[in-house]
Amino acid sequence: MSDSPAGVVHGTAEHHGPELRHHFATVEQQRDSAALGMWLFLATEIMFFGGLFCAYLIYRLWYFNEFAVGSRSLNLLMGAANTVVLICSSLTVAMGVRAAQLGKRKLLVVLLLLTLVFGLVFLGVKGVEWHEKWEKHHIPGASFNASDLARENPQQPIDQNHEQIYFSLYFVMTGVHALHMVIGIWLFAVLTWYAWKGRYTPEYHTPIELGGLYWHFVDVVWIYLFPLLYLIDRRH
Amino acid sequence: MSVHISSNKLNVTIWITLMCLTVITAWVATVDLGPFNTVVALAIATFKALLVVLFFMHVKYASEKLTKVIIISSVFWLLLLLILSLADYSTRGNVRIM
Repeated sequence: MSDSPAGVVHGTAEHHGPELRHHFATVEQQRDSAALGMWLFLATEIMFFGGLFCAYLIYRLWYFNEFAVGSRSLNLLMGAANTVVLICSSLTVAMGVRAAQLGKRKLLVVLLLLTLVFGLVFLGVKGVEWHEKWEKHHIPGASFNASDLARENPQQPIDQNHEQIYFSLYFVMTGVHALHMVIGIWLFAVLTWYAWKGRYTPEYHTPIELGGLYWHFVDVVWIYLFPLLYLIDRRH
Repeated sequence: MSVHISSNKLNVTIWITLMCLTVITAWVATVDLGPFNTVVALAIATFKALLVVLFFMHVKYASEKLTKVIIISSVFWLLLLLILSLADYSTRGNVRIM
């Protein structure tokens, strides 16, 4: 590379492992490049979720009553519990990155497994919540029926079609988030396997760090989804 | 940005703060603050997100300035999307604020 510092000789017979590929000048440059690429990907994710958040905000302004009533019908305890579960998983990921940096293989594997457990618990709770919506006919579509919500909230009159918009956004936003969780769990299962095999060392653990960035990002999305979907209007 | 190793004390401190903020945000939603319920909820969420990004995602210690440029500019574009859209849709005369 033209911007390699003077004195670095490439193309020698010396073996280049994953800790320093031959097209990078230094280990730091390789790590920074990898993290930069991950952040660029996360920037596209921010815009992807941003479109959903934008649609949510506009409809919430327009149909506030329906959003407030729909939000109150969600299970606050389960939503808060899932927030706690994700924050715990972020801690195990942060500690896992540290374990990888220090070369503690067994600790890393344990922390990655704990992260997987937290991720599965999150999806399980989400599944219970969705099932409840299914039974109550709160899933948008031909059999959607929010007359029970209209009866329970006489102080906030609602329009059935506008109520469907709230639940459409609820299912799309939590659904896309859950899809990211599924991908994250698959990702971390692979990372756990390689960590068990001893692939990650203090010199090379970039996949752990980048996987960690992804996991924390999905956590941040939920940190916003929880108040925006569950806590719109809990004063009544 | 990989050279920084966070102490477990810091990790646990951030975790405890995030847990407390989760309890506070769920509790404060049941208190009637008028239009400020939404403001408080979003302020707490943003503070939590900042803690995760700065400490768990090591952005506070990032040596590569380009990483920070990407993060700040993506938040800028996001705010542009949200603020300009809301400025349009909330001033069409069919919205009563609160």
